Order: sequence, then C-alpha cells, then structure tokens
Amino acid sequence: MNQALQSSPETGRKRGMDLLSRATRPELEAAWQALDDRPAHEMLRGPETGLVMVRGRIGGGGAPFNLGETTVSRATVRVADGAIGHGYRLGTDRRAAELAALFDALAQSEQHQPFVEEALLARIEKRQAEDAMQRENETAATKVDFFTMVRGED
Amino acid sequence: MYVAVKGGETAIANAHRLLADRRRGDRALPSLTIGQIIEQLGLAVDRVMAEASLYDRSLAALALKQARGDMIEAIFLLRAYRTTLPRFGTSLPIETGRMQVERRVSATYKDLPGGQLLGPTFDYTHRLLDPALLDDEAVEEPALRETDGTPIMRVSDILDGEGLIEPDGNMPEDHLAGDITREPMEFPMPRDLRLQTLARGDEGFLLALAYSTQRGYGRTHPFVGEIRMGLVEVEFEVPELGFAVSLGEIRVTECQMVNQFKGSAKAPPQFTRGYGLAFGQSERKAMSMSLVDRALRTDEFGEDVVAPAQDEEFVMSHCDNVQATGFVEHLKLPHYVDFQAELDLVRRMRAKHAAEQTPDTDQQEAAE
Repeated sequence: MNQALQSSPETGRKRGMDLLSRATRPELEAAWQALDDRPAHEMLRGPETGLVMVRGRIGGGGAPFNLGETTVSRATVRVADGAIGHGYRLGTDRRAAELAALFDALAQSEQHQPFVEEALLARIEKRQAEDAMQRENETAATKVDFFTMVRGED
Repeated sequence: MYVAVKGGETAIANAHRLLADRRRGDRALPSLTIGQIIEQLGLAVDRVMAEASLYDRSLAALALKQARGDMIEAIFLLRAYRTTLPRFGTSLPIETGRMQVERRVSATYKDLPGGQLLGPTFDYTHRLLDPALLDDEAVEEPALRETDGTPIMRVSDILDGEGLIEPDGNMPEDHLAGDITREPMEFPMPRDLRLQTLARGDEGFLLALAYSTQRGYGRTHPFVGEIRMGLVEVEFEVPELGFAVSLGEIRVTECQMVNQFKGSAKAPPQFTRGYGLAFGQSERKAMSMSLVDRALRTDEFGEDVVAPAQDEEFVMSHCDNVQATGFVEHLKLPHYVDFQAELDLVRRMRAKHAAEQTPDTDQQEAAE
C-alpha cells in the first residue's frame, strides 16, 4: 500500500486524483472492464466540458495574471456505497472524466482501493516517472559543455 | 439605412461546397489526420492555441485543418468555440520555476546552475532546405544523457540575490487580476491586463513592435536573461474537496528579458525587466512579448512615450488579430448603399465645382 495514503487520507486522495487526470482513456476503460463488481452509480454532475482560466505570475513569481483558458472535462458520481467521486482533466474527453470520477469514488472504499492502486495509480505513476526521465535525459543530451581554447602563444 | 437584399443563398452554399472541395484537395492523396497535425505541425498548433487564448491541442489542430492552414482563420475558429463553453473557474498560478524543462538558455550567464539546455531548437541550423524530407526517411531517436539533478535555477533569482534586478512584478495588495474577456478595455491599463492582452496578441504584430524598440523606437537595452520551455502543472481548487487537484500538464514558453538600469533618489540603480509567457513552444512570441511588456512600462520608470511600442492604447487596441481581421475584412462585404450615397455626393460636388469654375474661366479670358 502506498505511503501517501497511509500518512493522510486527503493527500492520498489528491495523489489519486492527480494521477487519474493523466490516465489515458484506454487505461481507464481497461481497468473498468477488469473490475469484477462494477458498482451501480448515478451521475451527480456532468460529465461536462468547460473552461478553466490558467493563470501565470508577472515575472514568473509575482502577482497573478490571466494567461489564457484551457478546456477541462469533469464529472461527479455517487456509487452504490454512497461514496462521491470527482474526475477532472484537461481536454474534452468526457467519458474519461466520468471513469476517473468512478475510480476516485472506488478508491475511497477499502474493498476497491487496492484494485484502483494496482490497476491504475501505480501504473500511471510509473509511466509518468519514466516519461519525465526520458524527457529529462533527452534534454540533458542537448546541454552545452563549454570548453576554453587557448589561442596563440603567451 | 439598411436595405435587405436577398439572392445569395445558392451562391453561398455552392461557395462553401467548393471551399470544402479545395480544402480536401486531390482525393488521390490521403486526408490529413488530426494526430498528424498535432505531431508534425506542432508549432503551428502552439501558435493557434496561444493567439486563440485556448489550450487544447486537438481542437487547435482541427481548427488548422478546417482553415486550410490559415493561422488567423484557425485562431478565429478556436476563439469562437471557447465562447460556447461555461467557465468552471480559475487555476492556481502556474509555477514556471518548477517547470519540467525541455529547453533553457540564458544570454547573460554562460555557466549557470542547470546549464544551457538547447532542447529542440532551430537555432544553429543552417536554414538549408532538407531534401531528405521530400520522402518519408527514417529519423534517428534522440540522444540521451544522464542528468546530474542540479535544479534549474531561474536567472532572475541569481541576480535578485545581489539586489541588482527589480523583483518579480507585484500589483497593489488589494488588486484582483483583471480579465479582458470579461471587462471592456480601459486605459491606463494595469500590467496584469496588458500581459493577458499580449499573451493572446498577434505574433507578427508583437515581433514588429519588439524589433522597432531594438532599432531605436523606444530603446530598452535588452538581454535575454532566460528563456525556458517545458511542462507545467495546472492546478485547480475544487470547492467540494477543499484542496487543489492537478488537471494535467501544459507546455509553455517563458522569457525573462533583462533591461538597462533605472534608479531613483531612494533606490540605487538596478536592472529592469520585461516578461513574456505563452502557451506552447512559442519562443519568438514570448521574446517579443517581453520586449513590448518592458517598453510599455513607461509610467513606472518615468519614461517619455515617444514610440509606437510604448503607446499602451495603440498596442493594446491593435494587437488582437481576430479583432483586426474582423474590421479589415468586413470591408469586402456589400457596401452597395453606402457607396451609392458616396457616388451621389461626389457627382454633386463635381457639378458644383464645374459651375464655380466656368465664370472664373470667362473672367480670365476677358482679362486677357
């Protein structure tokens, strides 16, 4: 079981939601299909697509300003045991937001948490770390190693 | 007076059908996919997102395809689309200091923490057309190198340590960030609103203005303190949860321009700054924006407004290419009645002119 979840349910939930926002649609669909006991659920909101205004900071760290908007899809569901799940992600994939909300709700039950962790969260976390490492190494290969050439005699 | 004239319906429908045909082009060639546009024309996609002021790579690619590659038309399409969506709220400010950096260069320090990371750049290419791209030639995988894990420190923080540079821009404490999509433009305009306007401004217009400052029309003595491009997290406070969740990552380009000093009786001289931030890998845009941002800060530094790039009302009112193209292009729509009125007027003026000329000529002849 992951440490974040043990340390605080809230940070555990945030970690889960953050990772679910990065899950691909096929990953979410596959995990949903793999679930033995798909719970009955009702949509409380959405799934719907809207906008979030992205803010930057003047000078990089100063006062906030509005940079521009991004598309965001979200959904809120209630599953049979009463848990409420939210799904939020960049883009217009409403089905993915709906599935993310379902897994957020499932992750709150002791019965399903290990499944969500194993089928989705751990995988996404691993993939994200690998992607970041790959990008970092690609960028590092373009780092300039300066050397000084001494010309002429002193 | 407007007089309704009908009769264009069939012509318009057929014109749009012809447009669709020309957009598709030769049917013997495969149709472009959205994925191909995103992957292979990525910088066009980035520019459309930046100037439409809407981050969505798929929709920007769709707009480009629909617009047959016409950038401003694509930007217009994406702007129009955003008006159909509700706004869920505002993100926490993105933290460019915590960016997953894909490119970072500084023209002011050679050896700086994190180093010069060139990333995927056109710089130092020879600008020779590459015939290999005429065919579908295999492309090498990128080179890899282990990182030493040095944090990529912001150049402004290095200078700030010595107090040599003005701090990141702050607004008065009670100031709420304005939003030009919700409030009409008013002058003088605070810097946060100017930056929002510049961030969606036309790259060509801002590039020309930035260039004009370099040529002496509002000189600011700039150095590129730092350009960085990469991925930043977008976080959103969800009211029902009481904490911010991550929505995903977006790619942005940031430019920190360092400009010549200002001081006063109270403060010793220090470097001033201009700031640029744009969606996507949009380096020329971010650089131009930072130069124009600095040029526009005349009131803060007691500078005279002597050049177009320093004229807030001029720059803010004309940098939006959707507005600009709307007003310029509307001229081609029917103005038949207006023009009839002008025709009538010019005929009457000429008749009057002729009537006035005739006696003069007679008199002149008589005098001779």
